[in-house]
Amino acid sequence: MTPATAMDRIVDPGDPLPRISGHSSDGRLERVLRSGRFAVTAELNPPDSADPREVYDRALVLAEVCDAINAVDASGANTHMSSVGICSLLTRAGYAVVMQIACRDRNRIAIQGDVLGAAAMGVANILCLTGDGVQCGDQAGAKPVFDLDSTTLLQTIRQMRDKSQFLSGRKITVPPRVFLGAAANPFAPPYDYRPLHLAKKIEAGAQFIQTQYCFDMALLHNFMAKVREQKLHQKVFMLVGVGPLASAKTARWMRSNVPGVHIPDEIVKRLEGAQNQKQEGKKICIELIQQIREIKGVAGVHVMAYRQEEYVSEIISESGVMQNRQPRRPAQD
Amino acid sequence: MYRVRHWSIRHSRLLESVYRAFESSLAAMAPLFERIGYARLERPIAAFERQAKGLMFDCQMCGQCALSSTGMSCPMNCPKSLRNGPCGGVRADGNCEVKPAMKCVWVAAWEGSQAMRGAAKILEIQKPVDHSLKGTSSWLRVVRELRPPPAAAKAKKSA
Repeated sequence: MTPATAMDRIVDPGDPLPRISGHSSDGRLERVLRSGRFAVTAELNPPDSADPREVYDRALVLAEVCDAINAVDASGANTHMSSVGICSLLTRAGYAVVMQIACRDRNRIAIQGDVLGAAAMGVANILCLTGDGVQCGDQAGAKPVFDLDSTTLLQTIRQMRDKSQFLSGRKITVPPRVFLGAAANPFAPPYDYRPLHLAKKIEAGAQFIQTQYCFDMALLHNFMAKVREQKLHQKVFMLVGVGPLASAKTARWMRSNVPGVHIPDEIVKRLEGAQNQKQEGKKICIELIQQIREIKGVAGVHVMAYRQEEYVSEIISESGVMQNRQPRRPAQD
Repeated sequence: MYRVRHWSIRHSRLLESVYRAFESSLAAMAPLFERIGYARLERPIAAFERQAKGLMFDCQMCGQCALSSTGMSCPMNCPKSLRNGPCGGVRADGNCEVKPAMKCVWVAAWEGSQAMRGAAKILEIQKPVDHSLKGTSSWLRVVRELRPPPAAAKAKKSA
């Protein structure tokens, strides 16, 4: 199939897409990536509310500029509307979603059940995560579960999909057709082990990767050089995490309070020296996207903009990565 | 003990050799173990294993030891009990996200593994922990795997 025809089919994430042999899912993200386009995913900030409109309002802004919306699973170990709940709302309105599953809060019994439920609702992409420790969220006294880890979670869902079996070996009558993702953090020690750890996740079933926030191009270049050396970029689609920093103060807060986020001093200084720090943060983000796009082996970006959704669409449009692609906004049409 | 644990990781290669020798002598004792009965041995051996490995590695007695594959750094000391590599939250100084005063179990595991002859074992995927084995002897399990008791071997063959 030529890339053009594959792209022609990416019109309506809501309707069941015609099945393509060799694809693991019937979703749009896998099609965009396999067609060789530069993919964009974006994170939806989960509401602390039981109002579905809050999810739809946020999705409307994001869907304009991305190929799939990530529904986070209590990120930062803070309680919000669940990823299953958000996915249920979004899939019924026809959005393409990436459902995140963290190993922190549920054991293998609950997680496997959620995978079947998600696939039944039309979730085509699942991101397998370890999850932040409970100490960094608003419920520090919670019991950390961590029954599986991200690697064994990948393996478990792959077994469900490819062998139609639960982890126990019990049969599944209709397997979940899902495209499997994992996280990587090239910006945290042990740096030498990180590319090997990525290889392990690929072996366990990862088909796409969404990385932690990238603010340090040198570390990313080193990491990607090792990824290419091992030819891992031919086995997995790498989406690099990016996001705007609202101010130097936010940057300092993030690097000391959000686990695994590395922000070099030059970035903080540049924000400090700017007249309009918010604008500068946006500019830095656009520049990063444009530099990341040039790296061989990178298949897309994953935009995380905590409480700055209104900026996401500007950032993505101004960076030019979507070219003339216009993802559908199902709730408006 | 934290300091002893890190001594063990620094001497991962030595301990690897010691364990290999220990494992073959244990395996050689399989006929004796069978005569006494594994069920009868379980408690005293597990108690001894808990003491010895507790001192050396801060062992948590998961019952399915992975030390040879994790650079002699016990993965059950990771607050997220990760058995396949570090999480993304490792601090810039190599310490743990959850316990800032502790070196990341996987940063230590990576260093320990690189000194070992079985350095590549850190790349193998570890299965999810079987929580029903917690508190049981890993050593006896290994012996039974290496030298299956006649009854178990027979059952395996017929299966």
